[in-house]
Amino acid sequence: MKKLIVSVMFALSATLLTTTAIANTDTVALEHANVDISNKASLQRGVKYYANYCMGCHSLAYSRYNRIATDLDLTNEQVVKNLIFTRNADGEPENPGALMKNAMSPKHSAEWFGAPPPDLTLEARVRSPDWIYSYLKAFYLDPTRPMGVNNTVFPNVGMPHVLWELQGLQEKHCTKEGEGAHAVEHCEMKVVKQGSMTPMEYDQMARDITNFLAYVGEPAQNTRKGYGIAVLLFLSLFAVVAYFLKKEYWKDVH
Amino acid sequence: MAERPAHNYTGFLGWVEDRFPMMETWQAHLAGYYAPKNFNFWYFFGSLAMLVLVIQIVSGLFLAFHYKPDTALAFASVEYIMRDVPGGWFIRYMHSTGASAFFIVVYLHMFRALIYGSYKGKRELIWLIGMAIYLALMATAFMGYLLPWGQMSYWGAQVIINLFNTIPVIGEGLSTWIRGDFVLGDATLNRFFALHFFLPSLVLPALVFVHIVALHAVGSNNPDGVEIKQGPKGNRWSDTAPSDGIPFHPYYSVKDILGVVVFLIGFFAILFFMPEGGGYFLEQPNFEPANAMKTPLHIAPVWYFTPFYTVLRAIPDPFLGTLAMFGAIAVLFVLPWIDRNPMKSWRYRNTAHKINLLLFAAVFFVLGWMGVEAVTPAFKELGTRMTQIYFIFFVVLWIHSTPAKAKYVMWFGILLAGVVAYDMMFRYIPGDAEATSQMLIQFIWPVAYLALTLLLPAFKASCNAEKPVPDRVTG
Repeated sequence: MKKLIVSVMFALSATLLTTTAIANTDTVALEHANVDISNKASLQRGVKYYANYCMGCHSLAYSRYNRIATDLDLTNEQVVKNLIFTRNADGEPENPGALMKNAMSPKHSAEWFGAPPPDLTLEARVRSPDWIYSYLKAFYLDPTRPMGVNNTVFPNVGMPHVLWELQGLQEKHCTKEGEGAHAVEHCEMKVVKQGSMTPMEYDQMARDITNFLAYVGEPAQNTRKGYGIAVLLFLSLFAVVAYFLKKEYWKDVH
Repeated sequence: MAERPAHNYTGFLGWVEDRFPMMETWQAHLAGYYAPKNFNFWYFFGSLAMLVLVIQIVSGLFLAFHYKPDTALAFASVEYIMRDVPGGWFIRYMHSTGASAFFIVVYLHMFRALIYGSYKGKRELIWLIGMAIYLALMATAFMGYLLPWGQMSYWGAQVIINLFNTIPVIGEGLSTWIRGDFVLGDATLNRFFALHFFLPSLVLPALVFVHIVALHAVGSNNPDGVEIKQGPKGNRWSDTAPSDGIPFHPYYSVKDILGVVVFLIGFFAILFFMPEGGGYFLEQPNFEPANAMKTPLHIAPVWYFTPFYTVLRAIPDPFLGTLAMFGAIAVLFVLPWIDRNPMKSWRYRNTAHKINLLLFAAVFFVLGWMGVEAVTPAFKELGTRMTQIYFIFFVVLWIHSTPAKAKYVMWFGILLAGVVAYDMMFRYIPGDAEATSQMLIQFIWPVAYLALTLLLPAFKASCNAEKPVPDRVTG
């Protein structure tokens, strides 16, 4: 009887687990971004691309220019010359200690795109780096959309394909297998207009931007792991000492 | 006022002692407090809870130096702490990891009380004060979670405060009074910040103080459930102290240092290497500022509230669900009067009682898991079944109070009939084939639970046998 109950319970939990597994597969599979935030060259390229292609619409309003300069081994002059395109309230070029805002009016941009382009400082923590990387590669031509493009990772997104000159343009071709409710759709992307970059170069660029956003989501990431190793080493030693201290004191408790 | 006892301290200590009972207190609560010598692993969590309280108060104070309780500034001020305040990320992660650590430690501390019967033997007040601490802790955590003003902060608070709306007649007025406004906004954030500071800095330490005063007056329980004060007297340190007791200091202070270090290894491993705790300690949607116009895809409270959230969702009627949720917490208060078995420790009680406690822990865990998952028919039913078992547990605990006289088979019948009657009257919807099939399949859970806790001891005498409690502590 006991065995029967146990086996029934196991069978049930197995069924339950499989049902969840199936329920969770309705989202698009993401590609691995393989970000490495210790790769400063990649981060420097990432911030360059970001300033040139993204920042006109997407601010990084919780981050400061000079923090990025410090963390990415850039000088303040390099930052002023290459990253700052905005002016402050006095009409002077923004100083390097300022927050990385842009000149876009939320009211107007909401009229243009349906919703104002979100700030991306924390995008890597909200969505994950893999999501950003996959998203940057997932635009395809769709004449039914106002911007002429759609995105498999973020269906019906309001954003135009800003990087189309680099990536080129792709079309989504889908074939259906099976019938009715059991039909399985297979889709693939086909390049219909070459961009100025090869697919490999474009992947690397998408990875650099993703890497930069992964860093800017939490600038403390690299340092905290360093501290973590030191703290855990100290505590491990302390644990050994504390163990023998306890043992010494307790030897006369019977 | 009675005369204070004479002392032999000289010099500075003597000067202080004439004016303030410093060494007297030290003696009464540490060096001269005799704790049972057989404390095990489970007895670390009391001191660890105090450690985490201190971590939370100190890190919270530093956060409050920089945090701005204003809906327009709150989110950015947290990011300011994370980026621009030197060491700010460390303070913030201390606080966010500490919140989850607090509940882990407190849940283990409470489970210890359950398995060793620490609420028995004139210790009912210790348990009640402890429950008050737990309530204050939950209130503090709930209000603190609003402060970062992220999406989950906003929508989590929205869901919980709106629960008060379901109370007949006074509901609307009550929730407006709590929010300080008709909508969740600046007034709410500001008062939650004030309360989040007030509760843990004044109310919690006061409650912890009374918790310990009551504990030290009665004396600690132990894994054997033996009252050391009723045993023989006299040990190496004192002729009048219990023979099975040892001075808390230095014995348990050095032991607790080891516990603290091991705890901190885990704590800092999470803090430095996975501060988001896999999305459970810091939830992903909370990195997006609160937006009243955009509801997140699915709203899940932080993990330590999810068991009760599942209880709430298990009952379709919102008001009854709210009652059940608060009832699930309220029933814990009367635990000392439900479990009337004079034996304290599960070591000597029957096997069925041990199974009952372990299953209760498992059910609490599954309730928590269901609370973070989106509702599917299978999960909905699982959450409901676990809710039923959660409440039935207390009846079974009551039945196990007198194992020799218990009418197990009768109670098995009554409780199972109760489940069936509840399902038929309140849950069965004719025509909903999927829900009905789930209800039938997952009927196995209450059947299995009741079979293991009530039929097993009825038909297998060895599972109902209690062992004699020794006169002295073992090990």
